[in-house]
Parts: sequence; structure tokens; C-alpha cells
Amino acid sequence: MILLSLLLLLADRFSNFIERPKIYVSSGLYFIHYSANLPNIAFQRTSTFFSSHKYLSDRILDLESRLLFLGTDLEKMASLIEENNRLRELLGSAAKSQDSVLVSEVIGIDPDPASQNILIDKGEADGVLKKQTVIDSSGLVGQVTEVSKQYSRVMLITDFNSYVPVAVLRNNLRLMLKGTGVSEKLQLLHVNPTADIKVGDSLISSGLGERFPAGYPVGSIEAIDYVEGRPFLDVTATPKSGLDRSQHLLLVFSERATIASEKEKSTSESSGAGD
Amino acid sequence: MSLVTNLTIFFTILLAMILELIPFPEGLPKEIGFLRPELVLMTLIYWVVALPHRAGVVLAWISGLTMDTLVGNFLGQFACSFVIISYFVLQFYQRLRMFSVWQQAILVSGLIILHRGLSFLFLYVFDGTIPSLWQMMPAISSALVWPLVFLLLRAIRRSLKIT
Repeated sequence: MILLSLLLLLADRFSNFIERPKIYVSSGLYFIHYSANLPNIAFQRTSTFFSSHKYLSDRILDLESRLLFLGTDLEKMASLIEENNRLRELLGSAAKSQDSVLVSEVIGIDPDPASQNILIDKGEADGVLKKQTVIDSSGLVGQVTEVSKQYSRVMLITDFNSYVPVAVLRNNLRLMLKGTGVSEKLQLLHVNPTADIKVGDSLISSGLGERFPAGYPVGSIEAIDYVEGRPFLDVTATPKSGLDRSQHLLLVFSERATIASEKEKSTSESSGAGD
Repeated sequence: MSLVTNLTIFFTILLAMILELIPFPEGLPKEIGFLRPELVLMTLIYWVVALPHRAGVVLAWISGLTMDTLVGNFLGQFACSFVIISYFVLQFYQRLRMFSVWQQAILVSGLIILHRGLSFLFLYVFDGTIPSLWQMMPAISSALVWPLVFLLLRAIRRSLKIT
């Protein structure tokens, strides 16, 4: 029996033929996740039920005014995108495609606080793909690592195994950002002691590595530390997105991701599951 | 009779799984998650001690695999350590029955340390993750919760007259 589990372990780690059965099994187990989330839903329902009428109407007014502001911003954005694409045409580079998004809700958090994974309520049935990028209203959240029929698992950028290629917004310096396994803390790898980098610099996804689309805010630099004799700087960053707090997340359908996944399906290459 | 037994075992383990996955309220600090007791493993240990001819290695393997899919491990990680632990318990169940509840609790915490240790080993070998000592906290919290689990499950078992 132990041998059997070890065999399964190896099969799951190094190949992906176990993936299809795993999807079916985990879809069948969805009801466990669902019932584990019930207390949370009940709490939210009751708190809405008992919150006062004034609070709710204030909130509606607040949201309406914000919607108005965002609407005007969006109008400006549309003209800017148009202009940007025209300029890119002049420069002879391809126009940036607009990413479409799908709203999803967080339905579960990994019970082990050391692993930074969450579950969202959209799965294969909604067109979610493995390796897809997940964002929230303020920045990059993570990527989809496991898809089942009704839900999927998202590895946050703070997870120990997460690597995000980023660029410093100020000077486009390309760096690699790694999760630490601790929430609200990220680590920049291989930063030269002479690199032009400051506390407070914003980091955006650089789009290198063809995993995350370019241009989403990822985090900002929190501390830079140089230990004498080390080859690189110790740079820590904090994520922009409210990783632990956001209840609604957006799944990004960028053109590139869709094409890549189709290519993968057609050739059915057996590449490693994680990084 | 045996149907009732099997159903009881099934539903208690299912309930333990649900309880283990319930997310904590948002306001609390995240470190409190380290205190989450290993309810599934404890339920399993109880049934193996109480009914060694019914609950055994196979049950441990199946519930381990289920936990693996639920938590999102590599398949077989929990299954392997659950099997090893249930094997140990099967060897010593007669001695375990003689123990007082708190002595059992200490033994359970030892078994959970074993379980966590094996999980670390797998994670380290397959992922290169370096675990922190915080992750041994479930051993303590589980030992504290064990009397509760034990008495509750025994009450269930006696009221349903399962032997």
C-alpha cells in the first residue's frame, strides 16, 4: 500500500496522465469544499440581513459615485489605448490585445497557513485553463495550478513555489520575484548591488516567460538590505493585491494564454505540472 | 449492523474533513491556522483503536487520498503517512486501549509529529520547500483536542451500539 502511494506520488509529480482522473475525483469532492464554506456564507448572509438600512443606502451611494468616477476614467483610457495602438502601429510593433476577464469568488483557503493557495468558484466548465493568470482590482494575485469541473486552485504569488518575472516600473529593470511562503512578503532574486533600485519602487509583471501577461502591478519594494560579502542584494517586496482579503478575483483571458493552451492540447505534450 | 458501522465511520470521517477545511474568520491573525488540529487523522486513529477489524490500513489509504485531493497535495502524500500511522496503531491498539485519555493524547501528538514529519519529507524531496517549526503546532493542539474527539466518538459508538 505504501508502495502504491509512493507510485502515485511519483506519477503525479513527474507526469500528467493522472490529471484527468484527478479532475473527476476532485469534482466529485466539491461538496466537501462547499459544505466547509457554508458557515462563511451564512455569516455573510446574516451580516447583510442585520446591517442597517442607512448603512446599505450609504454604501450604494458611495459605490455609485465611484462607478461614475471609474466610468470617466474608462472613457479616457479608451482614447489612450486607441492612441497607444496607433503609435505602436507607427513604430511597426503589434498592437496590444485587450485581455478579457471572468469574475470569480473565493470559496476556500488552504487550511495549512504555510501554503499560499486558494480555491475559486470557476472551473473547467467556465473555460478556466491551467496556468491562467488571476488578478484582483489592485494587482496580480497568482496563477491557476489545478482545474476541476466546478472550481480551481490558485497558487498565490506569495507561495514558496511561485516565481513571477517582473520589471521595475521606473526604469524597466527586469527582475525575478519569488514568493516566500509568508503572506504579504515577496523576495527579489539576484539583484545586483549596483542595480538602480529604491524602496517604494513599483513592480509590474514583465510578460517574460509567457506565463503572466505584461503590465499588471505586482508589488512594491519594501526593504533593501546589503550584507557585506554577499553577491546580491536582499530585496523584499509587498504584494499590491489584497491576497488574503479580496473576496472577488478576476481570471484573465489573454490571447497568448489561450493560444498557448490550445497548442498544448493539440500536441498534448507532457510538460511538468508546476514550475 | 455492519452497514451502520460502516456508515458511522464514513460520516464521522467526512465530518472531520469538512471541519478541517472550514476557513477561519478573516479578522484573526493567519498564524492561528497553525493551531488547526488534525481531525481526520484523529478520527481515523480512534476508529482503528476501537474497531481494528473494521477500520484499518485500507480506510486510512482511501481517506488519505481524499485529503490529498482536497488539500491539493501531490496524490499519495497524506495517503502514505496515514497508512504508516494506521499500521502503527494496528500493532499497538490493545496497549492503547489500556491508556488513560491523556496518555493517549500524548501518543496521538507523537503520531501527528510523525505525520507532519513525513509530509515535510515529501515536500522537501518533491518541491524543495523548507518547512518551519510552526508547522509542528498541530501536534500540540491535536493532543489538547483529543479527549474531546475521543469522548464524542465513544459516545456516538456506544449510543449506536457498534462493537
